[in-house]
Amino acid sequence: MKANSPAERLYNGIIKENPTFVMMIGMCPTLAVTTSATNGIGMGLTTLVILTLSNMMISMLRKMIPDGVRMPAYIGVVASFVTIVQLLLQGYIPSLYDSLGIYIPLIVVNCIILGRAEAFAGKNPVIPSLFDGLGMGLGFTIGLTCIGAVRELIGAGQLFGFQILPESYEPVTIFIMAPGAFFVLALLVAVQNYVKGRKAAKGQPVPESSCGQGCGSCGNTACSGKKL
Amino acid sequence: MSDMLHVSSSPHIRSKITTDRIMYLVLLALLPATCMGIYLFGIPALVLILCSVITCVATEYIYERLMKKPVTIHDGSAMVTGLLLALNLPSGAPWWMPVLGGVFAILVVKQLFGGLGQNIMNPALAGRCFLMISFAARMTDFSTSDSVTAKLVDTVSGATPLAEIKSGGSYDLLSMFLGTTRGTIGETSALLLLIGGIFLVVMKVIDLKIPLTYLGTFAVFALLFGGHGFDLGYVAAELCGGGLMLGAWFMATDYVTRPVTVKGQYVYGVILGLLTGLFRIFGGSAEGVSYAIIFSNLLVPIIERLTLPGGFGIVKQKGGKKS
Repeated sequence: MKANSPAERLYNGIIKENPTFVMMIGMCPTLAVTTSATNGIGMGLTTLVILTLSNMMISMLRKMIPDGVRMPAYIGVVASFVTIVQLLLQGYIPSLYDSLGIYIPLIVVNCIILGRAEAFAGKNPVIPSLFDGLGMGLGFTIGLTCIGAVRELIGAGQLFGFQILPESYEPVTIFIMAPGAFFVLALLVAVQNYVKGRKAAKGQPVPESSCGQGCGSCGNTACSGKKL
Repeated sequence: MSDMLHVSSSPHIRSKITTDRIMYLVLLALLPATCMGIYLFGIPALVLILCSVITCVATEYIYERLMKKPVTIHDGSAMVTGLLLALNLPSGAPWWMPVLGGVFAILVVKQLFGGLGQNIMNPALAGRCFLMISFAARMTDFSTSDSVTAKLVDTVSGATPLAEIKSGGSYDLLSMFLGTTRGTIGETSALLLLIGGIFLVVMKVIDLKIPLTYLGTFAVFALLFGGHGFDLGYVAAELCGGGLMLGAWFMATDYVTRPVTVKGQYVYGVILGLLTGLFRIFGGSAEGVSYAIIFSNLLVPIIERLTLPGGFGIVKQKGGKKS
């Protein structure tokens, strides 16, 4: 795939540098709101919208923002979009607004959004930045929905609010409490690393990091620092 | 003369203490309390104990085979974990609870951290807390069938003596000491647990530092803040009640999760006593031993760092700097 093409950006966000399972960033909402699949998908999509919009905006303004004050400028852009989305959610989907609570305003300081602004949108044209935001947002949404689904299934016997497991199943409620988030996240990352390891053993190409600047600043663990 | 040539390098004197021996001695020490539990609560208690022990050993075996590690089930540590977990369950628990708790204890708490010697908290207690958080209602349901109740000296049905004390009711100290009372399978008899603990001390498996500082600190705390004035009967009941004896002699002294430094063990005992008192007297539930122990387990690295003994010959100067 050509570098920075829309398809490459989407693949990068969803699989290669998945923010939840590979880069392990944005952990605060990941651990806190994924008590159910619905909450996970809600949080993921909210972040997706804000990430895409802020990536576009920052990419457009990238030549105007002075380097020394880029962080405050990025925060200003992100905070504006977060406020817009928060008010829209409050107006149109109050149930989601209530269940996400404080984690909507906290999207302003979400690692993924600032990280993408700093690492990608601040250096690249608008179209790749748009798809970078979409890819990362989708990756985040998928990650959160997976965690939320597993936690809801084990911890409440439900999926998206519907009773899936029979009544006789006694829910293991620890999974919808704080410790459960850590258990499920670790489990899913372990499964994914296992699959990756098997792929590598079979001689198939492993998704490789596109960093090239050494491993110090790179969150991708797929290469295990071998490129250093 | 030729024998003289075959001198190996040190160590020349080897101790007979092995992990296997220690673990089997702990199992032996737990035997009286286990028998008491089976005598009191009957076949269901036996089934729970078997389920728990078999699950723990099987989980360890399967994990180690799958991960192609040396299989260590013969050392008895998984059996100790399984037995301790079962002794911490109410006799009315369904069979799948020790199975779930055992898998969690061995797989997540012990093996994922690297196996025996690497776990950051006591596996049996972590398993118990996992079940406690998930199935609070079942874990605190101590009601028993009529045939069992006949053996007990309780006046009020369904509550442990500790819960009775907490809600201001009366208690029968003798029955709490002997064990003819309600509670989890292995915690009822303070006497038999004490015998087991003293057996371990005599066999030099554990020493008195942690149990005594733990129980002592807790007794002082209960005397000061229990709200019963200078009532030694109340303190004795708090000491005999719940999982305190089981925890102090068998679980706080776990080699893996206690500090290795001598000073650190005293600090650890004091922290355990304070936390247990805090949880029991000011907390929401009547029992707090298991949370106190796993919480203190997590503090162990800090305790060890702060109580590191100085090197021989190094003089501490007044400013606190080592020269």
